[in-house]
Amino acid sequence: MINANAKKILEVRDLTATVAGVDILKGINLTVRAGEVHAIMGPNGSGKSTLAKVLAGHPAYTVTGGEVLFEGKDLFALASDERARAGIFLGFQYPVEIPGVTNSAFLRLAYNTVQGGRGKEELDPLEFDDLVREKMKLLEMNPEFLSRSVNDGFSGGEKKRNEILQMALLEPKLSLLDETDSGLDIDALRVVAGGVNTLLNAGNACVLVTHYQRLLNYITPDYVHVMSAGRIIRSGDKSLALELEERGYDWLLDDKKAGATV
Amino acid sequence: MSTTTTHPYVAALLAGTAALPQSPAAWLDARRAAALERANALAVPTTRDEEWRFTDLTPLTRLQFQPVTTASTVSAADIAAYAVSEAAVRLVFVDGIHVPALSHAGFLPAGITVELLASALKKHGALIEPYLAQLVKNDNDLFAALNTAFLQHGVFIHAAKNAALQAPIHLLFVATRKGVAAYPRCLVVADAGSEITVIEDYVALGDEAGLTNAVTEIAVAANASVRHIKLQRESSQAFHIGSSAVTLAKDARYLSHAVSFGARLSRNNLSVTQMGEGAHAQIDGLALIGGRQLADTHTLMDHTQPNGTCEQSHKTIVGGAGHAVFNGKVFVHQGAQLTNSSQQSRNLLLSDKARVDTKPQLEIFADDVKCAHGATVGQLDADHLFYLKSRGLPEAQARNLLTYAFGAEIIDRIPVPSLVAQLEQYVMARTEAGA
Repeated sequence: MINANAKKILEVRDLTATVAGVDILKGINLTVRAGEVHAIMGPNGSGKSTLAKVLAGHPAYTVTGGEVLFEGKDLFALASDERARAGIFLGFQYPVEIPGVTNSAFLRLAYNTVQGGRGKEELDPLEFDDLVREKMKLLEMNPEFLSRSVNDGFSGGEKKRNEILQMALLEPKLSLLDETDSGLDIDALRVVAGGVNTLLNAGNACVLVTHYQRLLNYITPDYVHVMSAGRIIRSGDKSLALELEERGYDWLLDDKKAGATV
Repeated sequence: MSTTTTHPYVAALLAGTAALPQSPAAWLDARRAAALERANALAVPTTRDEEWRFTDLTPLTRLQFQPVTTASTVSAADIAAYAVSEAAVRLVFVDGIHVPALSHAGFLPAGITVELLASALKKHGALIEPYLAQLVKNDNDLFAALNTAFLQHGVFIHAAKNAALQAPIHLLFVATRKGVAAYPRCLVVADAGSEITVIEDYVALGDEAGLTNAVTEIAVAANASVRHIKLQRESSQAFHIGSSAVTLAKDARYLSHAVSFGARLSRNNLSVTQMGEGAHAQIDGLALIGGRQLADTHTLMDHTQPNGTCEQSHKTIVGGAGHAVFNGKVFVHQGAQLTNSSQQSRNLLLSDKARVDTKPQLEIFADDVKCAHGATVGQLDADHLFYLKSRGLPEAQARNLLTYAFGAEIIDRIPVPSLVAQLEQYVMARTEAGA
């Protein structure tokens, strides 16, 4: 939902970043306003997942230039946990398994930490149990996943549902969903996308990192950006995603090369 | 070095045996005498001995320990924190001496016997004779020889054919005094098709330097199952040296959970011998130490027959200037075809001064077997930390949770909820304090 007067949630200016000394992001510019859904597409290795991880504060990446404002403030002044409490959520492409910690204990700890950080009320185990079971319905998750260890032995689809469950609990202002559609069959994709749609509103925003158009059949993006070699090479509306689906990425890359020679 | 001169430290320890009463059985007197002779011939191991390479016993030899004949006064309230509500029966020993007032015998189904060793020797001598001081090897083990030489206080547990008790049998050994040596002895005999769970629990009141030198022998007959939970949570000044020897008959099952939190210096030996086809062992271990503690675990899985299986997972969490040692041997004999044996040693170091020495050893003489082993020593995984921090958890809290989880994975496999709660609470408190 585009509203040109909505407040800016995220402003990325000339962002560059490296991993292990290799340049991955080579000058990203992106503005996300409240209410908007942005899809970032691109071939493998284009840097789209890196962008999501850099914004969330993954320690493996080093920011080498540019700036990022989150709600008008310097994002890089915040550690990753502070970003989470401030309202940034990263939905992982590969959620980690943590044997030995029950999902319910983990979800409640995350919820209460974020609530506490925002000066809101924390919940005791019983109150939290009611809340989390309610949110699980949204994702058609079996409550038995509460008593299992975090993501331990979950299928790919179950892990992604668990990610969106965390998004539902933490109520972020900006959700960065990294390949949330990968590893999902069509039914799971419908459920997960439906969950995301329910959580999006005029006050928050979402950046979907995806390789394929099919997720965008369920979550309609306001903007589609194509990344290649660490830059956004083309931005458009949802029709761009459909064009990519039909024509692949090569024509854009060829365009870019052709443009570069002019 | 071969000598008949008794090592002075051993001589001082053995001085106490002169006061021992005669045992109820002549064969046991003979076994004690043989063990005494063996102990006299053995020296205190040094780091030059391969089996003690990383564990220096010098701090132990600087102190003198003697058994006592009367227990200190301990109230039920003093040991309330160690209650295991699921237990069918609890026997409590203070400073090595049985205290009836703190023990309680619950309802035991037909075929299950839990009795003090002294009275059991009189009633069930024929049942005990084939196993007691026969499963554990004294030849080169000074401490096992010492325990047998002092053999007096202990427990006999018997499960008759097809008898089953789901509720655990809780043996609680409480150390209270400085300079006291306790030599607890347990014998577990599980007849064919039986099933029992035994908790051997070593705790301390106060922070005194005592010595526990424990030996447990477990014979699991065909198709029987024994779950053996050994907890060592003694004082941070204490010395704990324990040996468990287990034999498994055809299709027997042995499930071991050994947890070490306490002691300045602890050594836990576990030897499992598969004597019949198709036997299964699960060997879980966890040591959580810090300060200047040393926790040494030596295990031996001996596959002598075909179709045996063993899954071993040993974990250590080491903080401060703690030092964990793991030595796990797996032997697969020539005839032990189709053995499936795995061993994992995973170690988490929480500080720069923490140290771990881990040595998994596989020796395979059969050609059609599946054996795997691996060892990792490391710090917390950066991706795991980032995941938790991305959910708002501050660095310290994320580290604590992952450290806790590392240990909880072993603890959670103990199917005794009240014990799991006690241990988890302990691990949580300890990780928050930086182990």
